[in-house]
Amino acid sequence: MEVNILVGGAAGQGMDTVMNLLGKSLVREDYGLIYTKDYMSRVRGGHNFSTLRIAGGTPWTTVHSVDILVALNEETYKLHYHKLVPSGRIIYDPDVFTLPEDEDRGVPVELKKLAEEAGGKVMANTVAVGALLVLLGMESNTVEELLEETFKEKEGMAGKNVNALKAGMAAAEKFCSACFSLPPKNEDGQKLFIDGNQVLGMAALGSGCRFLSAYPMTPSTGVMNYLAGKSKEYPVVVEQAEDEIAAINMALGASYSGVRSLTCTSGGGFALMVEGLSLAGMIETPLVIILAMRPGPATGLPTRTEQGDLEFAIHGGHGEFPRAVLAATSHEDAFYRLNKAFELADRYQVPVIFLSDQNFADTHRSVEPFDFGRLSYNRHLVEDGGYEKPYQRYRLTESGISPRAIPGQFPGETVLVDSDEHDQNGNIIESAEERNQMSAKRMRKLKALAEELDEPDLYGDPRPETLLIGWGSTYGVLRETIDALSASGLKVAMLHFSDIWPLPQKRLRSLLPEVRLSCCVENNATGQLASLIRRETGLTVDKRINKNNGRPFMPDEIIKEVEKYHES
Amino acid sequence: MKADHFLLGETAWCPGCGNFPIREALAEALAELDLPPEQVLICSGIGQAAKMPHYIKANGFNGLHGRALPPALGARIANKNLKVIVSSGDGDSYGEGGNHFVHNVRRNPNLAHFIHDNQVYGLTKGQASPTSDRGMVTGVQVNGVINPALNPLALALVLGAGFVARCFSGEKEHLKETMKAAINFEGYALVDILQPCVSFNKRNTYKWYKDRVHFPDVSDPEDWSAAMDLARQWGDQIPLGIFYNATRPTFEDSLEVLSGEPLAKRSFEPNDVAGVQNEFL
Repeated sequence: MEVNILVGGAAGQGMDTVMNLLGKSLVREDYGLIYTKDYMSRVRGGHNFSTLRIAGGTPWTTVHSVDILVALNEETYKLHYHKLVPSGRIIYDPDVFTLPEDEDRGVPVELKKLAEEAGGKVMANTVAVGALLVLLGMESNTVEELLEETFKEKEGMAGKNVNALKAGMAAAEKFCSACFSLPPKNEDGQKLFIDGNQVLGMAALGSGCRFLSAYPMTPSTGVMNYLAGKSKEYPVVVEQAEDEIAAINMALGASYSGVRSLTCTSGGGFALMVEGLSLAGMIETPLVIILAMRPGPATGLPTRTEQGDLEFAIHGGHGEFPRAVLAATSHEDAFYRLNKAFELADRYQVPVIFLSDQNFADTHRSVEPFDFGRLSYNRHLVEDGGYEKPYQRYRLTESGISPRAIPGQFPGETVLVDSDEHDQNGNIIESAEERNQMSAKRMRKLKALAEELDEPDLYGDPRPETLLIGWGSTYGVLRETIDALSASGLKVAMLHFSDIWPLPQKRLRSLLPEVRLSCCVENNATGQLASLIRRETGLTVDKRINKNNGRPFMPDEIIKEVEKYHES
Repeated sequence: MKADHFLLGETAWCPGCGNFPIREALAEALAELDLPPEQVLICSGIGQAAKMPHYIKANGFNGLHGRALPPALGARIANKNLKVIVSSGDGDSYGEGGNHFVHNVRRNPNLAHFIHDNQVYGLTKGQASPTSDRGMVTGVQVNGVINPALNPLALALVLGAGFVARCFSGEKEHLKETMKAAINFEGYALVDILQPCVSFNKRNTYKWYKDRVHFPDVSDPEDWSAAMDLARQWGDQIPLGIFYNATRPTFEDSLEVLSGEPLAKRSFEPNDVAGVQNEFL
């Protein structure tokens, strides 16, 4: 039992307002849900839509079919009516457009007129939420409570919105009251209603990140917005840099001087950052970079999703230096994994790239509150008496990890870092011997670093005949795919990577040779993980299932591909 | 600490290089200001001038070409107790790093920016820099420089810089005093230091500068128009001095979160911020 709702209209019509209000109310009432956004790179006009799926537990992905279509303009109806199930309903404003004569699923609600009567047309979305409540058979008290909270500092606005809400309810009641059944409520406690960027921003704050420098770039900007919003209350500085080159270099300066630092961007910005990434590798200064991917090349599809920058993240930057690449899979996991990124960066004095994408960044889900007690804050700085004198920033050690101090930490000791090859003091050198020593010292860190990375998550049949391999934000859709394929009798499992570089190989090496069919499912054109597996292990993934039109996978698309390979 | 103690290492500069007096003036300034080396950070980019962090006893961030200012800003945010000095060349600061120059003047962080302006690219052996005089012939600018020279002082003034000065490496005492004033200035302080390049700039020699530099009276250091007039003088007469000196709120002052202990020294416990997730309930 589940309900799927799609709200569409032109950019600026406020689809998010509807979804945020309804979504948060549903979560407060213990329903599990996921809400995704599909939007264009424009501020007004065009066509944007949001999809909300309410299902038992917490659904992992949205689906194609729609039960309730809220069409804020005629285009929305024309673009999406074919997804509507036969018993579906269409909420629309009859003053804006009329449905075809043979369309009998309409629920006409005069959104604009009723909003104006309640106090202003800006509240048309609240009217729509009222209509949705009626269709779902819900009471209005939780939405009212939220409206009170939202508008507590704008006198009179809450009351007006409640009036708009009730007007929407009254209008919809005439046509369809409780004609959809909600799934059973979850009974395992309060949940958060949160999107991917907010999860990452909160994880950064909980990891003791004190500084974010970034240049706004979709779909990473939400992280910046989140932390900036907290900077009045918590000791974190958010600086909008003049460009991404400045952003990464500022973050390195702050990290060198002693605070956990972060930058976030998307592919084009990361391209500008790679010289700084190489600098981080050379000066062995901890840094976390959130790379929220969108389709390239160049400006590509700015507001859409892709997993096209995996190879770029692993190889970007001139020269050779150790780094780690981790990825956001689910909201539940990403919170703790970003903390791990900060920990690895500090421990190994390396840059860590944390891959996200629009599909993860903009998706809201209902998730359990996070356990901040599981977050770590270990800076791995040398302590008083814990270093050999004189202090040397790049002292040669067996592990390759040199004692890290920050400027001003010890009287009489200074800290010198240099983008040139350097000696143990940090001074420029050109001798072949010292170059060898220093390069080997840096690369030695990789050994222990690699051991810290998690093996990919195995879900499904423990002895699968068919194996789906994925990474990052496809976790949810692959889970649902595995569930569906298992239900149809297939012995199938998924192997999903959250820590990607250095590539964890144990499970790959044990499973891949045993399965009859392996498919790597990636939101890109070429199958970058499949290529990486081949390069690192010599093992070949049988099939590559790719999608790079800027939209996330849906389970039915993957199921169709897998079944096709099975038939052949 | 004595000035000599700030001098470190064997330099990679040519004999007679204008960088030597700049380095000595900096060491003397730090000594006279009684700054302990661990409380000083010198940031630089790449170039002959940018090797300064290796030759002065202090913390050093010798970063990427053109990128001396962004790490300096980051350092100020992390630890406002550090005295941050940016010491780099004209190509680094005005060419490759032009965008950072523009925006950090606007930000007005508390740092002193010493630009070794020799009007030529030294480390890459003699190409034109943004401040090269028109007509200068080089291996790349074979018909002579066709672009007008960038005027860093006028640009900084237009961008709202609070401290704008010009020095000459041949006037070391004046340079040292100006450096001290810049380091003590609350906000972004620009000192453009004219400096001969004995290997690659055969036009702007010691003699060329000596014949032109003079010290005009600056009666009102807060007179922006007068400063602008001085900044625009170039040619037969080149004025030296602090042309403009007027404080305005610094970047750090504008961030309430930076009041109190430096961020780098504050402790942290993840559980203390767990309440932040309640807004999502």
